[in-house]
Amino acid sequence: MSEDIQAGLAEILEEVAGVAPADATPEKSFTEDLDVDSLSMVEIATAVEDKFGVAIPDDELANIKTVGDAISFIQKNQG
Amino acid sequence: MSIRLPEGAPGARILGLGAYRPRRRVTNDDLAQVMDTNDEWIQTRVGIAERRWASEDETLQEMAVAAGGKALAASGLSPDEVDLVILASASLKEPIPGIGPQVAHRLGIPRPGAFDLNAGCAGFCYALEVASASIRAGSARNALVVGVERLTDVVDQTDRSTAVIFADGAGAAVVGASDEPGIGPVAWGSDGDQFSAIEIAAGTGTMTMAGQAVYRWATTRLTDTLIQAMEAAGVGPEDIDVFAPHQANLRIVESMSKKLGFGKETVVARDVVQSGNTSAASIPLALTALMESGEAKSGDLTLVLGYGAGLTFAGQVLVLP
Repeated sequence: MSEDIQAGLAEILEEVAGVAPADATPEKSFTEDLDVDSLSMVEIATAVEDKFGVAIPDDELANIKTVGDAISFIQKNQG
Repeated sequence: MSIRLPEGAPGARILGLGAYRPRRRVTNDDLAQVMDTNDEWIQTRVGIAERRWASEDETLQEMAVAAGGKALAASGLSPDEVDLVILASASLKEPIPGIGPQVAHRLGIPRPGAFDLNAGCAGFCYALEVASASIRAGSARNALVVGVERLTDVVDQTDRSTAVIFADGAGAAVVGASDEPGIGPVAWGSDGDQFSAIEIAAGTGTMTMAGQAVYRWATTRLTDTLIQAMEAAGVGPEDIDVFAPHQANLRIVESMSKKLGFGKETVVARDVVQSGNTSAASIPLALTALMESGEAKSGDLTLVLGYGAGLTFAGQVLVLP
């Protein structure tokens, strides 16, 4: 399940920010390691909302620092 | 005894546009000298290459008079034919008096209805609707709409999240009656639950912006408004010659343009690259730039959308003069 989420997230990261899928591993920080800026984070959040059917309010988005954070957020909030 | 009403006009259209760009050009490299930023950082996030900052003598009034005078000249009207002046601004230094009456007086417009309107970066489109509706209702024969800002007065020049974005300038439009409507129905509204997303908090004098929240709102909630503005005017994206949304951030411009499916045949305003975000002045500045460069021409069907602090938004379809 977390592998599926990771793969889906990697697709979004590639589409929005040009991140190579192999680089989208749980320990990676979006801003530090993957060079994703704050506005691309918003685009990733809205794409994640559409793909996984979760809501990521702006204050929650601020707490999502790594790919792993995003995976656990999706796991926890997916209905 | 019944109250008599004026006949009004079947439609309204823009008769002339005018702009004023402050003299001082500030590049990203200039900003990199005084704050922790660089050209690449700014270009990738907001798409701005340079902007204009007003000098001391380029006051709101002076810039509004300069842009308004050019719009009047372009319209071919004499000042005494104008009887409504709406001045849209979000950066007025003193709330009393409003500067609309003074700007009208300076332009030689005799005793018009005149007032200031604050709808943030949506101000120009809000004012355009009030002008157009007043002409159709018979409350005014012709109206002058001015968007003018000195956002450098309200921005912390060391805050790289706002100082690289916001800038100064003025743009104006003269609106008059027409048999064929040249300004379509407005699609407008507000999301007041997000009032604090862009604000000058009491006592601070400094504007702050929740960049991520505003970016999300602009790229997800306003597509429907753009579609409503076109549907209300009876046109579709394929009919639009020019798309000139508020010049907030190039990435928002490109995102909206992509969502509406505009291709190469539609001219998209990207004046933000040269002018930064000038709030209520950005749309008339962008339109005059496109007409001066020849990219847009008289008669072009144009979709505009203002959006910003409030949060407010307003879009309409119009015909370029």
